[in-house]
Amino acid sequence: MNITQLTLTETIEALKRKEFPEEDLNKAYLERIKDLNPKLNAYLEIVESKKGIPAAIKDVISTRGIKTTASSKILENYIPPYNGTVINKLLEQGASIIGKTNHDEFAMGSSNENSAYGVVKNPWNISKVPGGSSGGSAAAVAADLCVFALGSDTGGSIRQPASLCGVVGFKPTYGTVSRYGLIAMASSLDQIGPMTKSVEDAALVMEWISGPDGYDANMSSEKFKVKNEKLQSGIRGLKIGVPSEYFEEGLDPKVKQVIQDAIKKLEELGAEIVEVSLPHSQYAVAVYYILMSSEVSSNLARFDGIRYGKGRDQFGAEAKRRIMLGTYSLSSGYWDDYYAQAAKVRTLVKQDFEKAYQKVDVIIGPVSPTVAWDFGAKLDDPLAMYLSDIYTIPANLTGIPGISLPCGFVDDLPVGLHILGKFGDDMTVLQTAYAYEQATDWRKEKPKL
Amino acid sequence: MSLSRNQVKHVAKLANLPLTPQEEEKYSEQLSKILDYIDQLNSVDTSGVEPTFNVSGQENMMSEDKLGDCTISQEDTLSNTPKEERGFFVTKGVFEG
Amino acid sequence: MTYEPVIGLEVHVELSTKSKMFCRCSADYFGKEPNTHTCPVCLGLPGALPYINEQAIDDCIKIGLALNCTISEKSLFERKNYFYPDLPKGYQISQYRWPLCVGGKITLDSGEIIRINRAHQEEDTGKLTHKGKDTLIDFNRSGVPLVEIVTEPDFTDVEQIRDYAKKLQQLFRYLGVSNADMERGDMRLEANVSVRPEGQKELPSYRVELKNINSFRFMVAAVEYEIKRQTEALEKGEKLSQETRGWDEDKRQTYLQRSKEEAHDYRYFPEPDLPELILDQKKIEQIKKSLPELPWDKSNRYKELNIRVEDAVRVAESIELSQFFDDALKHGKKHGVKPQDIANYIVNKKPDIEKVLPTQIIEDIKDKKVGVIDNNEQLEVLAKQAIEENKKSAEDFKAGKENAIQALIGGVMRLSSGKADAGKVKEILTKLLLEIKN
Repeated sequence: MNITQLTLTETIEALKRKEFPEEDLNKAYLERIKDLNPKLNAYLEIVESKKGIPAAIKDVISTRGIKTTASSKILENYIPPYNGTVINKLLEQGASIIGKTNHDEFAMGSSNENSAYGVVKNPWNISKVPGGSSGGSAAAVAADLCVFALGSDTGGSIRQPASLCGVVGFKPTYGTVSRYGLIAMASSLDQIGPMTKSVEDAALVMEWISGPDGYDANMSSEKFKVKNEKLQSGIRGLKIGVPSEYFEEGLDPKVKQVIQDAIKKLEELGAEIVEVSLPHSQYAVAVYYILMSSEVSSNLARFDGIRYGKGRDQFGAEAKRRIMLGTYSLSSGYWDDYYAQAAKVRTLVKQDFEKAYQKVDVIIGPVSPTVAWDFGAKLDDPLAMYLSDIYTIPANLTGIPGISLPCGFVDDLPVGLHILGKFGDDMTVLQTAYAYEQATDWRKEKPKL
Repeated sequence: MSLSRNQVKHVAKLANLPLTPQEEEKYSEQLSKILDYIDQLNSVDTSGVEPTFNVSGQENMMSEDKLGDCTISQEDTLSNTPKEERGFFVTKGVFEG
Repeated sequence: MTYEPVIGLEVHVELSTKSKMFCRCSADYFGKEPNTHTCPVCLGLPGALPYINEQAIDDCIKIGLALNCTISEKSLFERKNYFYPDLPKGYQISQYRWPLCVGGKITLDSGEIIRINRAHQEEDTGKLTHKGKDTLIDFNRSGVPLVEIVTEPDFTDVEQIRDYAKKLQQLFRYLGVSNADMERGDMRLEANVSVRPEGQKELPSYRVELKNINSFRFMVAAVEYEIKRQTEALEKGEKLSQETRGWDEDKRQTYLQRSKEEAHDYRYFPEPDLPELILDQKKIEQIKKSLPELPWDKSNRYKELNIRVEDAVRVAESIELSQFFDDALKHGKKHGVKPQDIANYIVNKKPDIEKVLPTQIIEDIKDKKVGVIDNNEQLEVLAKQAIEENKKSAEDFKAGKENAIQALIGGVMRLSSGKADAGKVKEILTKLLLEIKN
């Protein structure tokens, strides 16, 4: 048996059956990390754990006593004196932190090229980007360098790298998982979520990390509970919306074909496919860049050099660009034209989805317009980079849940299927994803390293 | 929408961001391009539309006024600072303003 | 041309809640070891999030209601962005476009009305100590709840400012929301001062903000100085501009801190970490009912009891003293002691209300006033003597002229040097005269 290929639920079963002790489990992963991390650069910090179920944590989530850099020079030596809520919840469930994963600085980016500590390589092809910003977590799961990982998603930062690395990545409904301890990028959009080897694993991790904590005031009072009968109940009669806007120009034709095959598969499984329209989606990226950068400019103001040592000149190029854009759009005289206008268009984007969800249970489409691209390809064109998040951003603007799960390959690189749910209905998203996953063999594919 | 070097300088000052002349030049160009893209928002008719600032759906999330267990020790408080003195953080002098 | 000042005030008051505004650290920071009442939230550590203290919101609403403000149905917290070492997050959580309380007023002793623009909720900053080339920072005060009360530019002199500040201080203490100790910095003032030609209706095109002046006395001096400086400048034909000035106590003059060009651009936007506050009428009514009788309502009620204005204000000074006075009034009424006499006693004798009971002072007042002679035998002796001395009046009374008894009462009062109980004297005289008659 290859211990590191087991999913979380399989690992728990095996531990219960005493097939191997926790120490062997940790040793197996640590050995694999030592072997492969120099090649992939997925981890920034490795913890020599001996007990517990090894989880990889995006380095933007605070871990008491373990360096948390946000992949930034500015926090090069920062050791948080407290744990994020999700960390405490994981530890209570018997998970252990095996390491902190690399990502774009302060979670800003779609390719992982914005990390101050070097790029993460895509395990499927190390000349390609792993996606971003949670590229390290995605690569760690894809390369079996952890049992599961946590990422954070502000504009697609869990789903897009999950898509590009061929793993499951779930962004919960805003307010389901506490953000306490998550180094904020854009507070009204950020959400922590699981990156796993299976949909069932994602559901289980969600159950572990969700629920109100008295620290995040935006949280729902209800805790997410997995209902296994529901997860496994199939999708017969489920109404699945396909937005025409998500299949227009800009989507790679080969990726489009893979997604259309997946839609056919869902139809075979008994779902009813319904065409829906999300007309304001074309503005989502513009809305996002105003609101996100405004929040960024404020969230990064605390790094003033007094308490963490490093001066503000240490921010990377993308962080500086967003601070500049946000500061500009909030500055005197521009409120109505930028922030207020963007917040109103956000309402229109939200209303599009509400209207669509009157007709359908979930909406599907692509996660990323393309598969993983070459390093450097979009680095000099920030706008092109921003537009690669066009399908994932609306879920953050509206707070709805979304998942990416493997649904095929283009040029030997994974493609992710995007399933978006109603606000608060994370369960149906997982249920749909589970049905598709069980009916296909994509998750059994592993990168050759 | 183009952003001049001077505007970039002004914004950088507001943001407390030290930029090199090269960076000023670069951001003037890049931000202008991004703002051009963002300008499409102004073509959307939003009359009568309420803004969305928060999608949590929550309201009145408040806590009782009692002491909690969030407080950390002085040692932990000062643990990441480059300079401290008798329990205080230390920074270079500032004038009241 | 003569000029008149136009002054608006901003008062910050620190609430005396147990915990801070957005975390549950102790808000009692005064004189504590530095950086010991701190947590990730009030230190602004990466990843920390604010959570509203409900008591602070209730206190802000109390202040708003007491100042006749409208309580906003929907209110939002916003981020006020600026850089300063005492501000750990690089922004202060405050309110700007959607404040909790708007549009109130307060009446000064002079009868003039000061309009309140708003009362909103925010958080305090850390405390800086300057030491040589260094600045020391203590974040114990960071996040302590503050309410900011902003007036319209309705003040025209420093007397009004003094009265306003005193009234607010008294109000905060009545409401039990703050100690409002100016020396300790519980209550801080900022002023916006400009001057305009007398008779001009429009506001001047500039205003000078007086900030960071940590003593009430200095603030008053700074305002007086500014009125003079600005008037002289305008008289010389100089143009004044928007700026922020501080106070140099050694030179006893204001000095420029920040010019218009360097003015802050706070880039306010809604605090994404906090969902909105929606206040229903029921909650507001509930808080309204819980308010104590306010100091100015109390003194008005006392005035209606024919108490002199200055005394009415004095006995309403604190809620404790006025409660003591109200209790004394109740007892006094039973014993026929006049309200003004009670007020006199309290104002002149300043009894220690912690130790003395209201009933005791009523006894005390009664004793003083009657001067002991209410003893029947003693009074009878005096009455007989008065009748001896004024037989004419005695005869007249017996003949049916009831008014004649007044002269005899006067006689007894004179003989007793005014110490006899007038009521009893009349009773005894009537009895004696009727006895003789029969």
